[in-house]
Amino acid sequence: MANNSKFAIIGAVVAAIIVVGVVAFATIPNNTVSQEPSTTDMVSQETPVLTIYSGRAETLVGPIIEQFEQETGIETQVRYGGTAELALAILEEGQNSPADIYFAQDAGALGALSKEDRLLKISPSVLSMVDSDFNSLDGEWIGITGRARVVDYNTNLVSPSELPDSIWGFLDPKWKGKIGWSPQNGSFQSFVTGLRVLEGEDRARQWLEGIMANEPVVYSGNTPIVEALGRGEIHVGFVNNYYLQRFTSPDPSYPVAHHYTKADAGSMINVAGVGIVDTTSDKALAERFIQYMLSDNAQTYFATSTFEYPLAKNAQVAGSQIPIGQIEHPKVDLNKLDDLEGTLALLKDIRAL
Amino acid sequence: MVLLNLKPFRHGHARAPFLFIIVGIIVAFAMILPLAYLGIRASEAGTDALSILVSFRTLEVFANSAVLALVVTALSAVIAVVGAFLTVRTDLPAKKFWSVVFVLPLAIPSFVGSFALIATFAPRGSVVHNLLLPLGIDVLPSIYGWPGAILALTIFTYPYVFLTTRTSLRGMDPALEEVSRSLGRGMLSTIRRVTLPHLYPSIAAGSLLVAFYVLSDFGTPALMRFDSFTRIIYVEYQLAFDRVSSAILSLLLVTLVGVILYLEHRVRSKAAYYSLGPGTKRQPTMLTLGRWKGPALVFCCTIATLGIFIPVGVLLYWFFQGIVAGEVFPDILGITLNTVYAAALATLVIVSLAVPMALLSVRFPSKSTSFIERISYLGFAMPGIVVALSLVSFGAKHLPALYQSMSMLIFAYVILFIPLSIGAIRTSLLQVSPRVEEAARSLGSNASRTLFKITMPMIKTGMLSGAALVILTIMKELPATLLLSPIEFRTLATQVWAGSENASFSYAALPALVLVAISAISVTIILSQDKVIARR
Repeated sequence: MANNSKFAIIGAVVAAIIVVGVVAFATIPNNTVSQEPSTTDMVSQETPVLTIYSGRAETLVGPIIEQFEQETGIETQVRYGGTAELALAILEEGQNSPADIYFAQDAGALGALSKEDRLLKISPSVLSMVDSDFNSLDGEWIGITGRARVVDYNTNLVSPSELPDSIWGFLDPKWKGKIGWSPQNGSFQSFVTGLRVLEGEDRARQWLEGIMANEPVVYSGNTPIVEALGRGEIHVGFVNNYYLQRFTSPDPSYPVAHHYTKADAGSMINVAGVGIVDTTSDKALAERFIQYMLSDNAQTYFATSTFEYPLAKNAQVAGSQIPIGQIEHPKVDLNKLDDLEGTLALLKDIRAL
Repeated sequence: MVLLNLKPFRHGHARAPFLFIIVGIIVAFAMILPLAYLGIRASEAGTDALSILVSFRTLEVFANSAVLALVVTALSAVIAVVGAFLTVRTDLPAKKFWSVVFVLPLAIPSFVGSFALIATFAPRGSVVHNLLLPLGIDVLPSIYGWPGAILALTIFTYPYVFLTTRTSLRGMDPALEEVSRSLGRGMLSTIRRVTLPHLYPSIAAGSLLVAFYVLSDFGTPALMRFDSFTRIIYVEYQLAFDRVSSAILSLLLVTLVGVILYLEHRVRSKAAYYSLGPGTKRQPTMLTLGRWKGPALVFCCTIATLGIFIPVGVLLYWFFQGIVAGEVFPDILGITLNTVYAAALATLVIVSLAVPMALLSVRFPSKSTSFIERISYLGFAMPGIVVALSLVSFGAKHLPALYQSMSMLIFAYVILFIPLSIGAIRTSLLQVSPRVEEAARSLGSNASRTLFKITMPMIKTGMLSGAALVILTIMKELPATLLLSPIEFRTLATQVWAGSENASFSYAALPALVLVAISAISVTIILSQDKVIARR
């Protein structure tokens, strides 16, 4: 009897461990199929599986990845997560990374992987599908869609001719109380970082202080700014380009439009892009994925569903936006937009935060 | 070889059963993993380490976080103790309902909770602002910074203290208070001099959890625009992809955690919390609230409003907005089953490991067992992303077969959340006299029979509270789930996150509502297992 119950407790602990192990193996499909296909594992060689680490949300890219599967017959499995977290995971995984493709929300994360030599060079024929402004210099990542900084304005309250060509024009006292901004918003902060990189610390501070003197109305993000513009609460607002289409798509008469400043931080373009992870077992397969994301079908999907700028040459822009080639965007190294601490310190210092 | 030996119960002289020691070593090893990872990464900085620590406004922000942890912990303890008293020891109406409600804020993902509080109390455009606007109030005092961070963190973490305190209060021998009363002490004096001191271990156990949660949380400070130390760590990760600087900063955080753990251990009372006599367990005297019933209900309603009603209200608003906009929701049933499956499995493993851990620390106190018990807090006290990345590094390089499998995810949950369960079980165990176990042994019951038939039934409340804390916390866990789960394994928390990432709140609303509902059901089931107060 004594022995029985002694075995019972040992059994309980061991059983708990075994249950976890067995259940884990039994119920979860092998996720490392695409990685190091062994000779005994014939299945993995018959149906290639592309493993994608996506920092872009499933609601944004899920549908188009599904279409890629259907049209090419290539099976994919996607791990969704934060852009930065997934980049860090690939760095930590080292040579055992299951990822073939890394799909990032911004260029900085792609640059971080490229700097650590974790991305393969993309073939020139694929790279040439996109203007070289939106690819990495060494051809290790490629832009798929772009996000532009814009000045949105209420078309009933402002005529286009009143709008300045430079962000410095908004320091004029005539804009007092009519500007909307969102200093706590990430995209605004990266605009300020861009301003610091392009024009230097002193000028950036001078611009921010000038805007502060015009008593801007503070909003919690881009969407509330576009809403406030629609209500006529403010005349102009500093936002990213793709928020407005969420209003004009269902309601074409929505009284707000884009204005682009010329070659300053106000018209900066950041990209969402793709890199091929160096641990991939099938680079050709990965390049087919990139080609598909730059195909007319996928680029139209992005232009009309996520309202970002399609980056493939000759891709059609949605709505009333001007083609990306016509935006006089500043030449800024997107990899240098990593000093958020400095930007936050500056915004705090001028009491914008 | 003696695998299980509970025989010698003289404190401090006993030799712990071999099996328990094995469990202790395994847990300690698991906790060393993230620590070793941080050490390795930090060592890559070489002599730059010092300049990294000094180059940020490190100390100022570090002090911010420490003070925040202190304030939130104190407030949480007050709310939790009052709540536990009201729901266990008074004639408060609908006590069972309130018991569940007091736990539920734990189920709210921090982004949802903070967002809801902001939507309600923000200086402009919030619900309260719109209500007060006709009265000529143009702008509300800002919720951002200290007030918001303190409010949100207190409201969504006090349940850690509430559940442990409730456990002790239920396990307390009423005779202790009766003796005090019969010796002429009044009710309030008895509570202050007898009951509260009896609750110290459980309040301390819960408070540690709150303090560590505050120190390691990122989501709430970010939304409340509070300059917390985790924000600096995250900026290093998010924008600079700098694993070395963030490791050095994380080690500074771990040092503070170590100091707190050491201090708490030093002041920990060596007093006995069990009755020495045979002690019958009876229903303790219920306090009649009388004219305090009104204020008590106001207190309960306020906490419930801030912690549950407001967040759920905001979620329902988003949900119906989504329906109006024709939002399509993903396969919610499959995702819910995934969530429950992973969380329940992990909870089972964690509680099975936590019982031996608690027994080790209470029944076999020694330097090494206290060290093992203390170190088990480490995973919980580190930012989730640090633990997740350490396991990514360890798993991909050394256990490729298990990497991103369900076992790996469960292992991560064990590292992150085992102290939630150990604390609750430990405080329960403190109330069980070792003499009861001795008596069982002397009557011929062997060690494991004594454990299963005598000890475990008496610490049932603690085990159940621990399980409730663990399962609720796992269901909303994010960083480890995103990086370590089997690929394409979605949980309610990852779907809530996906919606919030995309600023599509109506998409986040349904999974978040289901998360709260499942949590409510889990808590109700778990707490209802714990009916028996009079155990013999």
